[in-house]
Amino acid sequence: MTIKHADEYRDPDISRKLVEQITNLSKTKIRLMEVCGTHTMSIFRNGIRNLIPETISLLSGPGCPVCVTAQNEIDAFIEISQKPDTIITTFGDLMRVPGTGSSLQKERAGGKDIRMVYSTFDAIEIARKNPDKKVIFLGVGFETTAPTVAASILSARDMKIDNYFVYSAHKTVPLALFALMKTEGIKIDGFLLPGHVSVIIGTGAYLPFFNQFQMPCVVAGFEPSDILQAILMLVEQTENKTPGLENAYTRAVSFEGNEKAVRIMNDVFEPADVAWRGIGIIPGSGLKIRDEFSDYDAMKKFEITEKDSKEPNGCACGEILTGLKTPVECPLYKKICTPVDPVGPCMVSSEGTCAAYYKYHSSD
Amino acid sequence: MKIDRILLDHGSGGKISHSLTLDIMLPAFDNPMLSKLNDGAILNIGGKKLAFSTDTYVVDPIFFPGGNIGELAIYGTVNDIAMCGGIPMYLSAGLVIEEGFLISDLEKIIKSMGAAAEKAGVKVVTGDTKVVPKGAADKIFINTSGVGLIPDNVDVGSDKALPGDKIILSGTIADHGITVLTQREGMTFTSSIKSDTAPLNGMVERIFNSSRDVHVLRDPTRGGVGTSLNEIAEKSNCGIKIYENKIPLKNEVKGICELLGFDPLYIANEGKLIAFVASKDAEKVLSAIREDEFGKDACIIGEVVSGHPGKVFLETGIGGTRMVDMLTGDQLPRIC
Repeated sequence: MTIKHADEYRDPDISRKLVEQITNLSKTKIRLMEVCGTHTMSIFRNGIRNLIPETISLLSGPGCPVCVTAQNEIDAFIEISQKPDTIITTFGDLMRVPGTGSSLQKERAGGKDIRMVYSTFDAIEIARKNPDKKVIFLGVGFETTAPTVAASILSARDMKIDNYFVYSAHKTVPLALFALMKTEGIKIDGFLLPGHVSVIIGTGAYLPFFNQFQMPCVVAGFEPSDILQAILMLVEQTENKTPGLENAYTRAVSFEGNEKAVRIMNDVFEPADVAWRGIGIIPGSGLKIRDEFSDYDAMKKFEITEKDSKEPNGCACGEILTGLKTPVECPLYKKICTPVDPVGPCMVSSEGTCAAYYKYHSSD
Repeated sequence: MKIDRILLDHGSGGKISHSLTLDIMLPAFDNPMLSKLNDGAILNIGGKKLAFSTDTYVVDPIFFPGGNIGELAIYGTVNDIAMCGGIPMYLSAGLVIEEGFLISDLEKIIKSMGAAAEKAGVKVVTGDTKVVPKGAADKIFINTSGVGLIPDNVDVGSDKALPGDKIILSGTIADHGITVLTQREGMTFTSSIKSDTAPLNGMVERIFNSSRDVHVLRDPTRGGVGTSLNEIAEKSNCGIKIYENKIPLKNEVKGICELLGFDPLYIANEGKLIAFVASKDAEKVLSAIREDEFGKDACIIGEVVSGHPGKVFLETGIGGTRMVDMLTGDQLPRIC
C-alpha cells in the first residue's frame, strides 16, 4: 500500500513558493482557526507555524473528537464497562481519556474486557463470535466516522446480531461553528475548515454559516501544501476584502459531499442537543440513535443517564478548544497535565492541541 | 489521577516505562553500573571489560513475516551487547511456555534460535524451561541474557555524544513494529513488509574497523528512533538535529503509519542501529555500514549541535522545524 500521490503535496519547492506568496501578500494581522485536530497535527508535524509570517496566528479549534467528548460521556462509558458480561470496543484514542475517577485503560488493567478496534466491523465480528456477551461500540467522532457507525447498526440488523450496541456520542461540525462565533471574547478572522468531515458533508453544508457571518472560509486537505494553499486563499480573501466559502481540497471534497453516507447517517441517527467539552450544550449538534433502532442503543439498553460531571479544576481545555487560550497559558500544562498523566482530553488524544504543543512545541 | 496498576503503557519503552525504572527499580538495586541505564551493563572483571545484557521477549504474534520470537530473542540480546561495544559471545535462554503449546511450534522456534546464534557467532550455553497452566502466559515468553568482551580501545555510551558528531542510521525505520502490528488479530492489512530482525554485531565490527572516533551506538528498538535520540541528547547533555527527508522509510510502512496516525519515529526496529561518529570519520563509517548485509540503506540523518541541550529537533520535509519528544506511552490509533 503506497500513498504515492501524497508526495506531490509534500514537495518542498511547492511549499516554499506558497510560503513566499503568503509572506508577500499578508499585511493584515489575522487569526485563523483550524477546526480539525488532524490539521493541528499536520501543522505541527510539518513545522508550518514557523514558516508563515508573524501576521498570521493559527488557532486550534474544537475538531478533535476525543477532546470535545464531555466528561459525563466518558463517565458513562466507564459505567457501561462495569456491567456484567460486556465487551467494550473502542477506537484507540479514547483509552487514556480520564473520566471523573478512572479511564478505560485503567479499567482494562483492572480486568474489564475493553478492546481497541480499527473499525466498527471488527466490533460486529466480536459480537458475532461472543453471542453470550453484550458488545458495545463507543461511537465518538464527527460526520467522518458517524456514517460507518450507522452502517454497522444496519449490518447488525441485517445479520440478526442482537448483542451489538452503540453508545452514540457523535457530534456534527457546522453547528459548532455557529456556537464558536457566539462565544464571549472570541476573535477569529477566518476558518480552515476540516477535510475529512467535508468529504462526507460537502462544502455546501457550511453555506448557512458563511451566509450569516461572511468571513473567509476554506476547506483544506492535510498535506503541507494543502494547508499552505488554504492559508494563501484565506489571506487573499482577507487582503482583497472578498470573503468567500472556498474549497482547497477539490481532489476529495465536493459541494454535495458523499450523499449516500449522509443518507445512512440520517437514517440511523437524529439530531440531539449535546454538551461539547468546554463549549457547553450546542442544540442539535449531537447524533442520537433513532427510536427505530433503539434495540441497538447502549444508552437505552443499559439505562444510562448521563450525570452532571464536573470538569477538572483549573483545566483550560474549554478555552483552548475555542481559541481563547493556547496550551502554554493553561496553569496545568506541563506541570500537572502531561501525556503520562493527563488532566484534560486535549492532552490525551494524539490530535489534541495540548498533546501537539507538548510533543512538537518547545517554549524554551 | 494516580496510576495504581501496571498499564500496557508501562511496557512501551517511553516515558511511562522510564518512570517505572526510576521510581521502583533503581532505588532497590542502586549501583553505578545499573544507574547508567544503558542497553547493558559494563563490568570490569579481572582487568577485562565485559558487556552484560538481558531482555525478555513477549511478541505477539510469535511468528511474523521476517522472523519469529526465537530469532528476535537471540538477535535482541546480541545487539544490546554490541551496542555496548562488546563482542557478543555467550547467551542464556529461559523459556516460559503455556500449557497446550504445540511441540512442533516449539521445535520451530528453538531451531531458528540455533540458526540465529550461529549466524551471530554466539553460543547458547545455559538455559531453563518452565511450563505454566493454560492462560497463565500467552503461548511462549523467552528471556535471553548474554555477555561479550569489550576490546580495550572501545569506549561507547549514550552519554558520550559530542557537538559536531554526525548521526548515522543503518537503514529504514519502523519495519518491525509495523509488521507485527499488521499481523495482529483485527488488522486486515495485506502487505509485503517484513520485520528487520537481524544481528548487528558484524556491522559494529565494521564500524570499529573504520573508525576509533565512534561515540554512541544504539539500537532503536521499543520507543523507536525518536525515543533513543532523546535518551542520548539527555544523557550527553547535547542538542540533536535531524532531517526528515534523510530518514529512510519504506513507502508501505509510511502509508500504514499515516492511516493509523502513527509517527514512524516512535515505532520499534529490531535490526537497525544509530551511530554517533566524529564528523571527520562519518563518510568512512557510512561506507563501512553500507557494505554490511543489513546496512545497505544507511544514511547520515543529522548531527549533534551545541544549542538546545537535551532536546531533539527535526527539520521537516518542507523546511519547517519541530521538536521530537520522547514517546510517552504506546501510540494509539486515532479516530479519524
